[in-house]
Amino acid sequence: MATVVTSRKACTVNPLKMSQPIGGALAFMGLKNCMPLLHGSQGCTSFGLVLFVRHFREAIPLQTTAMSEVATVLGGLENVEQAIVNIAGRAKPEIIGICSTGVTEIKGDDIEGFVRLIRAKHPELSHIGLVSVSTPDFKDAFQDGWSRTVARMIEQLAVAGTPRSIRCVNVLPGCHLTPGDLDELRDIIEAFGLETLFLPDLSGSLDGHIPDEFTPTTLGGISLAEIARMGGSVHTIAVGEQMRGAALTLEERTGVPFTVFDRLTGLGPNDSLMSLLMRVSGMPVPVKYRRQRSQLLDAMLDGHFHFGGRKIAIGAEPDLLWTMASFLTEMGSSICAAVTTTSSPVLERVPTQEVLIGDLEDLEIRAAGCDLLITHSHGRQAAERLGVPLYRMGIPTFDRLGAAHRVSVGYRGTRELIFDIGNVFMAGAHEPGPDTWRHAQPAHVEREELVTITELK
Amino acid sequence: MSSLSAKVQEVFNEPGCEKNQAKFDKDRKKGCTKQLAPGAAAGGCAFDGAKIALQPITDVAHLVHGPIACEGNSWDNRGAKSSGSKLYRTGFTTDMNENDVVFGGEKRLYKSIKEIVEKYNPPAVFVYQTCIPAMIGDDINAVCKAATVKFGRPVIPVMSPGFVGSKNLGNKLASEAILDHVIGTQEPEYTTPYDINIIGEYNLSGELWQVKPLLDEMGVRILACISGDARYREVASSHRARAAMMVCSKAMINVARKMEERYAIPFFEGSFYGIEDMSETLRQIAKLLVSRGAPEDLIGRTEAIVRREEARAWERIRLYKPRLAGNRVLLITGGVKSWSVVAALQEVGLDIVGTSVKKSTKEDKERIKEIMGDDAHMFDDMTPREMYKMLKEARADIMLSGGRTQFVALKAKMPWLDINQERHHAYAGYEGMVELVCEIDKALHNPIWDQVRKPAPWDKAHAA
Repeated sequence: MATVVTSRKACTVNPLKMSQPIGGALAFMGLKNCMPLLHGSQGCTSFGLVLFVRHFREAIPLQTTAMSEVATVLGGLENVEQAIVNIAGRAKPEIIGICSTGVTEIKGDDIEGFVRLIRAKHPELSHIGLVSVSTPDFKDAFQDGWSRTVARMIEQLAVAGTPRSIRCVNVLPGCHLTPGDLDELRDIIEAFGLETLFLPDLSGSLDGHIPDEFTPTTLGGISLAEIARMGGSVHTIAVGEQMRGAALTLEERTGVPFTVFDRLTGLGPNDSLMSLLMRVSGMPVPVKYRRQRSQLLDAMLDGHFHFGGRKIAIGAEPDLLWTMASFLTEMGSSICAAVTTTSSPVLERVPTQEVLIGDLEDLEIRAAGCDLLITHSHGRQAAERLGVPLYRMGIPTFDRLGAAHRVSVGYRGTRELIFDIGNVFMAGAHEPGPDTWRHAQPAHVEREELVTITELK
Repeated sequence: MSSLSAKVQEVFNEPGCEKNQAKFDKDRKKGCTKQLAPGAAAGGCAFDGAKIALQPITDVAHLVHGPIACEGNSWDNRGAKSSGSKLYRTGFTTDMNENDVVFGGEKRLYKSIKEIVEKYNPPAVFVYQTCIPAMIGDDINAVCKAATVKFGRPVIPVMSPGFVGSKNLGNKLASEAILDHVIGTQEPEYTTPYDINIIGEYNLSGELWQVKPLLDEMGVRILACISGDARYREVASSHRARAAMMVCSKAMINVARKMEERYAIPFFEGSFYGIEDMSETLRQIAKLLVSRGAPEDLIGRTEAIVRREEARAWERIRLYKPRLAGNRVLLITGGVKSWSVVAALQEVGLDIVGTSVKKSTKEDKERIKEIMGDDAHMFDDMTPREMYKMLKEARADIMLSGGRTQFVALKAKMPWLDINQERHHAYAGYEGMVELVCEIDKALHNPIWDQVRKPAPWDKAHAA
């Protein structure tokens, strides 16, 4: 439905996009007892660390190979080796996840080769898993770093030929799902008498809880033993188009069939999820979810008054953009501006005229006249200038509490989203005055203008 | 890169720093920060440091030439406040892609500058070099030079790619950029005998504005604050100041020292943190200005203000003293804050049980010893695990640190206060000290601590 356009500007203004390596690092944070490591200058790690600390309000395990100028020129083998040895000694992780950065990619560091050399030289570290992934900063975006890393985890850690378990389901969540979303999905799937294996699993690691002891590595998350068991599951559920590659890799390696849900927000997608879970489990839908579906219908009925005819501008990574644009359109709103970070097959299907791969300056220009702006916290300046409310979604959300616990999947999550956004609209309602209608433009003129504006773009 | 490495060596050789001069040539070449250990390093890179030092200049467009990581992952996350333009909060980056890496990023950089000038019309553009363009050999000096001529305004290269070193080095390289290209390039509209520069103050959370009313009352004019709440023009004409104050330890010592050499502007090192330090700073400003020819009554006027403000601050702080005295503080920070805050906390009877000196210079450490005496518990490199242990075992009652280690304290169910650059409260001057004490009191005496430390009902049952 949409034309996908890439911004032709030379200068990115107010970035929407974040880099691949930290997307990869976040995926590693969903592994148990893991230390993510960025192979690059220490700033690459430091910026990512601060970003995640501010978003999750949690201690973030993330290390750096601390490449200096000289090390960069000479090659980073020694730094990667030292980093692994130091991390093994200080943090004692089960696995170290290594993401490359622009600096080391340009130099041409062969991290896979490094890992082989380090393995040969340090037999005493053989108990530590090492997964490396290529994530140059100068290509693609956060979402790509995440999905690429998950695919690499499967390539290197999933095992074929494990015993079948007909009660076990794999879930491959995209990076647009929060720890709260994962908890919700786990509850739903387990309610069908199934066991779940989430890869990665941020729900136990970045969900904000108080551990009994201090750990320098990740808390919670999926263990290596559990990843090895994924090959025996009966089905894989991938959430977000970004996870198709990982699901396919898992199927190729282990023969576990998969279903990709391009979103799990909205009535239709969750009906499909219920159908799949009925089929996989052979169980009827639990009463709890029948009630939740009914509650969602009621929320849609109550909420549609406030969503109908609203013009909404969204800036988000492809899968989150697709999710929100589809859901809002289904509630009667229209998407007047859509800006995203990287290419994806879902973009053409986004229900709007045009999807721009661009930045928040582009979004701000296109959002003029909209009723609501939806993007991450960096949209705050644009929203203020436009004088429209901002509904924060995505990483980073650093100026609101509870980003990790926001739920927008499932019947219940969709219901909550309707209430949250509906309330934003209600809070912004204007009292009419004697002059409200005096100079008002007839509605059809406004619509004509809209068409011209979109054509001009 | 050769000119950059020469610059790095020049910065490492700092005549204004006695500790630096006491070193042998070989040691000096290594700079004042320790070599980074891969897998055990924390802290920002030189680019980060350069951005911290210059971004507070509010009306300038700060353009980051590099891939998305350098600006996309970090923009608009610092608390420097502005009384005017908000342009400094706009994130500009060339967002270099694979093509730029292969064919060079100079064209994209030039076009980016053009777009910024056309859309935002800033008085100047600062271009920050990052690792990747440095590696592929983008000549940003040449691009900036051409753009300066073409667009009729200064386009200034800041040569501070991340991998040349630490944040502290980045501060200094940024300082070199403004020394080379900005300071002394314009003339102030008028001058007074009361004109000063404040060097190394970033106006985080508006701290400069906690001090400025007092300077206003003294009749002292801030010709330029480098760089908090500064306009480009102010920095460019700062060479006509009569005297300068250097804050934030040694981060911008090269600006202070070279302005003294080039323009004969004497400077002193002062602090806005802590009551006594604040008073000393105001007195020094007055003294230095008088020695440069300002009317002598400035000294008496300043003394009156100092006495009044000290009395007022003490009166307000005294209310907290009974509630705070004897509480033990673990102070995890770097550089200037380790000693300037120590002095402040001791003023309200807090007991400093440990302070980190990881980023502090040797001189900072001397200052800490001077203030805290021989029982100064200085930790060179305290791991988060050790911090956690110390708090968990209740060997400290509150931790003051930066956001990075916030959760080490909170997860140990111990009070924590942010004293780093991302903080939301302003702690400068007399007002700021009252604020800090008030915040410590709020943190220590919040009713949640008793609640969160109680065992869960199932654990209680188990224990009984």
